[in-house]
Amino acid sequence: MKSLGRRAGMAGALIASSALVLAGCSTSEEPASTTSDSGSAEAAPAGPVTVKVAIDAGLEPEARDAFDERVDQFEADRPDVTIEAQEYTWTGTTFAAELAGGTLPDVFTVPYTDGRGLIEREQIADIHELVNELPYADQFNPNVAQAGQDADGNMWAIPIAAYGQGLHYNRTLFEEAGLDPDSPPTSWDEVREYADTIAEATGEAGYAQMTSSNTGGWILTTLAYAMGGRTESADTTMPTLDDPAVKEALEYLQDLRWEDDSMGANFLYDWGTINQDFAAGRIGMYVSGGGNYGNLVTQNAMVPDDYGLTVLPLEGEDPGVLGGGTLAVVNPKADEATQAASVAWIDFYYMAKLADEEQAKANAEVAASLDQPVGAPELPVFDRELYDQSREWIADYINVPVEQMAPYTDAIFDQQLVGEPKTATQEVYAMLDSVVQSVLTDEAADIDALLADAQTQAEGIYASAE
Amino acid sequence: MSTSSTTTERDPIPSGHEGTDSAHGADAPAGLAPQVPAERGLATASAPRRAWVAWLNAPGRWASSGGLSTLIFLMPLLLSFGLFSWWPIVRSAIMSVQNTNLVDEPTFVGLENFQQVLSDPLLGTAVLNTLYFAALALVLGYPVPLAAAVLMSEVRKAKGLYSALAYLPVVIPPVVSVLLWKFFYDASPTGVFNTVLGWVGIDPQPWLQSADSAMPSLVLYATWAAAGGTIIIYLAAVIGVPTELYDAAEVDGAGIWRKVWHVTMPQLRGILLVTFILQIIGTAQVFLEPYLFTNGGPANSTLTVLLLIYRYAFENSLGGDYGAATALSLMLAGVLAVFSAIYFRITRSWSTS
Repeated sequence: MKSLGRRAGMAGALIASSALVLAGCSTSEEPASTTSDSGSAEAAPAGPVTVKVAIDAGLEPEARDAFDERVDQFEADRPDVTIEAQEYTWTGTTFAAELAGGTLPDVFTVPYTDGRGLIEREQIADIHELVNELPYADQFNPNVAQAGQDADGNMWAIPIAAYGQGLHYNRTLFEEAGLDPDSPPTSWDEVREYADTIAEATGEAGYAQMTSSNTGGWILTTLAYAMGGRTESADTTMPTLDDPAVKEALEYLQDLRWEDDSMGANFLYDWGTINQDFAAGRIGMYVSGGGNYGNLVTQNAMVPDDYGLTVLPLEGEDPGVLGGGTLAVVNPKADEATQAASVAWIDFYYMAKLADEEQAKANAEVAASLDQPVGAPELPVFDRELYDQSREWIADYINVPVEQMAPYTDAIFDQQLVGEPKTATQEVYAMLDSVVQSVLTDEAADIDALLADAQTQAEGIYASAE
Repeated sequence: MSTSSTTTERDPIPSGHEGTDSAHGADAPAGLAPQVPAERGLATASAPRRAWVAWLNAPGRWASSGGLSTLIFLMPLLLSFGLFSWWPIVRSAIMSVQNTNLVDEPTFVGLENFQQVLSDPLLGTAVLNTLYFAALALVLGYPVPLAAAVLMSEVRKAKGLYSALAYLPVVIPPVVSVLLWKFFYDASPTGVFNTVLGWVGIDPQPWLQSADSAMPSLVLYATWAAAGGTIIIYLAAVIGVPTELYDAAEVDGAGIWRKVWHVTMPQLRGILLVTFILQIIGTAQVFLEPYLFTNGGPANSTLTVLLLIYRYAFENSLGGDYGAATALSLMLAGVLAVFSAIYFRITRSWSTS
């Protein structure tokens, strides 16, 4: 779960840091055009309210000043609300205890993967009525919106960022192996070929895969989607791990591991450790969230020149790329007035910059001045047009190696984005961890038997999740 | 609660358990109620009860004879243990029959959590893995410190140096040493251990990366990490053996092995029995090694009972299944309690003979 927490941390950190610095140049008189000045969310509460909002721990002083300025703006607009910053980064393992102990902030961010579990267990506040009053409530990209919705389509959590899975690769290892880093593989066969070449030439892992802390199921699902399968029936009531694409994905891994021996020597990676080894130049290629760059650079000291990103090859019938992102949520223990003020804050703080030129620019400028990565690829939370426009707004400040990500950014919008399985996502992922680990650590692993067993177990998990 | 139990399981021979023992020792001074004539043996064992009986019989005399001050002196201990140890235990017992997300009012579900845990296919895996770990740890981790202690007691020079060196691994914070060993266990041919093995012509081993070798690798680390503490205990006991016994054995013509076998071992019997049960309890609760090294992998081959408890509570479902986690914790505690009771009953005669 650490990895999921970090994944959240990553997305949250990027969002927060960019949003924080946004206030640095708060020359704007009105916070947003399409978003927060609609006034609808502001009408609700009466009387003074204090909202504790999450910020990242250990921020640069400039970023903190910028945040405080942003708070002042908000409070000027809403004299009845006091915003109190609290250092908090989402961690799945300690979440429930903090919730019970009352130490959580009122507003914080979580990754898509954890959103559904929180909603099912009612561990976040049901704010859908407040969300429905936001002017853009019905304009979310449907694929993105579902991450924050319950089974009835009510939005409990507001998506503030989105990404699609990508194939990250090390350009330096590509070069060492005599491969052209500007033309990354475009089919799974090529990925296998390249991996083998890299492993032969450099002795490092050509292709590596996460398998621990639920990431095994996460990436296996990603591969199955990319090979034209789904791991859940369309009505989300049944697991479909017997889908031929799941088997294909596992057989693919088996070939890489045992026929080519191109996957290195570590088969217990989770999100954090695979990032470490990739940044350290020990992995040629791996699959992870497309927005990973910021994390690799800021946490794992990745050399920017080494980094390459491309889309996952999509093959088979109706393939898709698995999506993820960040949700802003409200503490379920917050009272009604606080919840309303919290939603107003999310609207003001996280959403305005997605749609407002001035805000977007100010945000990017300060982020760039603080050497924070600006312009790492994301997916639109609303629509493509607005997203493209926002990229133009911040064009002057983009400091990430855009050309090295071009294979991804050129093609990602043509890929079908598919959400994660909805029912008992994490439980099924956890169960699949051991399936992937078996295939990678036991040469004699019987994929059919493993999958039949996994399907039975998943059916049990689904039945008890009903 | 499972959280509290996970934090104490730093090494297979947790010193934390001694804390409970000394707590009983601290109860003993409560024997300040001289008016109750009890057999000596019973008196020290159940001093609090004696005080209680005294209070019932004659509250005034109980207070004036020092019962009140005893109670006051006991308060810090009662409060701290009550708040941080006994109350959580009670809470987890309650939670084991509840369905709770820690936010809404918990609902009573009877023994459903126990049923759920018992029907989990992973429980069998976890129990077998834990037994496997315990067995390996016993084979490897029980005799090694003993042999080391006996050897070290025979050394004439620089005794302190050897003790310090043996104890060094215990001083290193477990998380640090685990992460270090994880690096050593790198399964590629260039890994530290594999390089060393290569010098003597042994092929690279998969270490943590194979279901067969993962558990022995964990035990190897655990033995290295915990041996120091046990060695010190044995060493103290070995040194405490009266030298007259050795002299007498020597007069009878005993060589070094016979001295060890016929003098040292019998003298260590009491200590050996205690460290044995402590090791069993410790290994039954092994958590740190599988959690940090492999997270239960590959393919659940190092999933232990405590790691399963942790997963119930924290990993699978965002802090979902506290009921199942506490239910399994209680069952584990129950099994260990029964085992300890049986063990001490069986071995009572051995240790006193």
